[in-house]
Amino acid sequence: MKPEELTAMAEKARNQDAHFSHHIHVCTESGCVSSQSDVLLKNITDEVQRRGLKSTVCVKGVGCMGLCCNGPLLKADDTMYQSVKPEHAGTVVESLAGQPVAELVCDTKQPFFTRQKLIVRENAGRIDPENLADCVAHGAYRALLKVLTGMTPQQVIAEISESGLRGRGGAGFPTGLKWATVSKAGGKTKYVICNGDEGDPGAFMDRSVMEGDPHRVLEGMAIAAYAVGARQGILYVRAEYPLAVKRLTRAINQARREGLLGHGLFGSNFDFNVEIRLGAGAFVCGEETALIASVEGKRGMPRPRPPYPANSGLHGCPTLINNVETFANIPAIIERGGKWFATIGTEKSKGTKIFALTGKIKNTGLIEVPMGMPLREIIYDIAGGIPDGKAFKAVQTGGPSGGCIPAEHLDITVDYESLTKLGSIMGSGGMIVMDETSNMVDVARFFMEFCMSESCGKCIPCRVGTYEMHELLDRICKRQATMADLSLLKDLCDMVKQTSLCGLGQSAPNPVLSTLRYFESEYLKLIQSSPTGLAEDGAKHVALEVLS
Amino acid sequence: MNTFTDVEIESITLRIDDKDVSCRKGETVLQVARENGIDIPTLCYMEGLTVWGGCRLCMVEIAGFPKLQAACATVCTEGMNISTNSPRLENYRRIIVELLLAERNHVCSVCVSNGHCELQAMAIKLGIDHVRFAYRFPHLDVDNSHDRMRMDHNRCILCSRCVRVCAEIEGAHTKDIKGRGVLAAIIHDLDQNWGESETCTSCGKCVNICPTGALTHRGTAVGEMTKKTMFLPYLTLMREAQP
Repeated sequence: MKPEELTAMAEKARNQDAHFSHHIHVCTESGCVSSQSDVLLKNITDEVQRRGLKSTVCVKGVGCMGLCCNGPLLKADDTMYQSVKPEHAGTVVESLAGQPVAELVCDTKQPFFTRQKLIVRENAGRIDPENLADCVAHGAYRALLKVLTGMTPQQVIAEISESGLRGRGGAGFPTGLKWATVSKAGGKTKYVICNGDEGDPGAFMDRSVMEGDPHRVLEGMAIAAYAVGARQGILYVRAEYPLAVKRLTRAINQARREGLLGHGLFGSNFDFNVEIRLGAGAFVCGEETALIASVEGKRGMPRPRPPYPANSGLHGCPTLINNVETFANIPAIIERGGKWFATIGTEKSKGTKIFALTGKIKNTGLIEVPMGMPLREIIYDIAGGIPDGKAFKAVQTGGPSGGCIPAEHLDITVDYESLTKLGSIMGSGGMIVMDETSNMVDVARFFMEFCMSESCGKCIPCRVGTYEMHELLDRICKRQATMADLSLLKDLCDMVKQTSLCGLGQSAPNPVLSTLRYFESEYLKLIQSSPTGLAEDGAKHVALEVLS
Repeated sequence: MNTFTDVEIESITLRIDDKDVSCRKGETVLQVARENGIDIPTLCYMEGLTVWGGCRLCMVEIAGFPKLQAACATVCTEGMNISTNSPRLENYRRIIVELLLAERNHVCSVCVSNGHCELQAMAIKLGIDHVRFAYRFPHLDVDNSHDRMRMDHNRCILCSRCVRVCAEIEGAHTKDIKGRGVLAAIIHDLDQNWGESETCTSCGKCVNICPTGALTHRGTAVGEMTKKTMFLPYLTLMREAQP
């Protein structure tokens, strides 16, 4: 595709759009589809057809609008509707000419919508992810055009470095630095990998980005490839996201057909192709070296680093691996500049972050907020607080690798540093809120069970350590533990954290350590109320030794 | 730089346990330590095979590194200051071996490798006289289908030496690992009985490299020795035949 063809494509789509006097946008992401938004979309399309309004009313399926708990969400012109059932199709179409349907209206003036700042998700809810022309009309591939027609790879890296963007996969490694390292690595063949193996319980940010704006991810990857000197990209998506896989596959095919992927993009000498690889359901494949092994067709197990993938990754070539959300930030940074991006967020954490709000809160769903927003504001204003008049107890960030943050620290700002200081991590962005009825030992046991069943089995601390930690937690939960068990649990947590091979094992004890830090009294209560509880050194152990 | 030969080999000096040592560029901490008589315990490492980094017994402290490093996988750099046997490391090593002992059914007294077992030796060396963790006592199979060798999963520590020697040295890649976490296990071909494997060359390298009694030659287990008494009638017959 030539540069002017992109502009023409956008212009054409915009002109077509201008013919419509009304727009109906129906969310067609997994959350709303699970409550029949696909049927709703079909019913509305049929209804519009039946009434002969096809030329004046534009009906399209769009990406996530955020408030997943009230889905299916629908936007008819400027009115948002919630909990729309397929049978409401007629009413909604009818209301276009007159008054909004009062009982379905969703208030867009509530803090949930007004406190957000959308960068990655700016087009979610506005574009049809399956329609390339619509995406282009809303700015897709404009950043790639800018890069290929006027920027050197060094300038691109400088721009990303200046933005202060940090990896959104969890660890928060500076993206500009990573790109610079890969670009400086020797070798003719390099790869760019997009990590879409989002597996934390309670996290669905990347799924939403892939389902709602797939071209943004492809564009980010293409820009990255140009910057580091790669020609081949790999999108590693977990097979449990069939809709994301379908949309990405379609997006890749469309982009290839229109010449937005392939040879000589925009008349430059830059070639870039992307292929999709499906993960077979292993959490550990989110770890970069395990992911690479999986892409190579091997068993998905991590290997010791260094060498880091930046020097020796896929097939031994320098490889850039970034998370979906990181790539999705790139087009906006290129278009509006690193300086602009750096004005958002805190001193060390720039930009915005998408969070998946789940658990005991009123508004569950997806939000995108500037880094450094106070946790209290997220929980009480945006998420609407705790339902049924219950009290807030803790919020788990970072999934099974993170930790919980109790009520006394609600006033912290959400950024990489302050979360780490409290013994948790930013992680990929899951936030699971717990109220006063939650049992924190049970929470720790739940996450440990997850880690235990997701451990690959390569290193002993993670393989057997997670099993034994789970065993000890189970014993505490069942009121069968002694104080000796608790101190053994602490020793084991320390050992697993320090000696495990990869991030999964090193962070597996975090939920235990952070619940012990803030809620040790709950552990003690369970132990002291157990029949063997007060015995300092359980007689049981002695018995076991004799047996063995 | 060595000016006497054409080969440019960069040498490095570093410090291991307060002892100044030198090595060639590219050598790992474990190699250098062993060359200099400093013992770092390992179970999965085997000279001649690729580095696995799974047993985590060779973890060492390196000044300036925020995390512990596996000596087998860490390449030496100039001026490294390494400590291999701090009380903290000893403690971690003990826990790791305790975890191994609790994971499967390691009963030395009835094991064919009793006295020749690296796991047993390691436990003795680290002074492990009891295990604080709950024994799993899993129900595991013994693969008795091969006519010369035997795999007892009860005694396997998943060091993967057999997998690597089979793939990297013999080139057969008969063995691999299935499953996750504590349910991981060594398999043959597509999780078939060893005796039915079409790729196994029966070379026996895996048996010789196995640190425990998990892989053994047949005929070495308790009760497997058979007496061959038929020599006597034969000898008698031969004697009678003589004039």
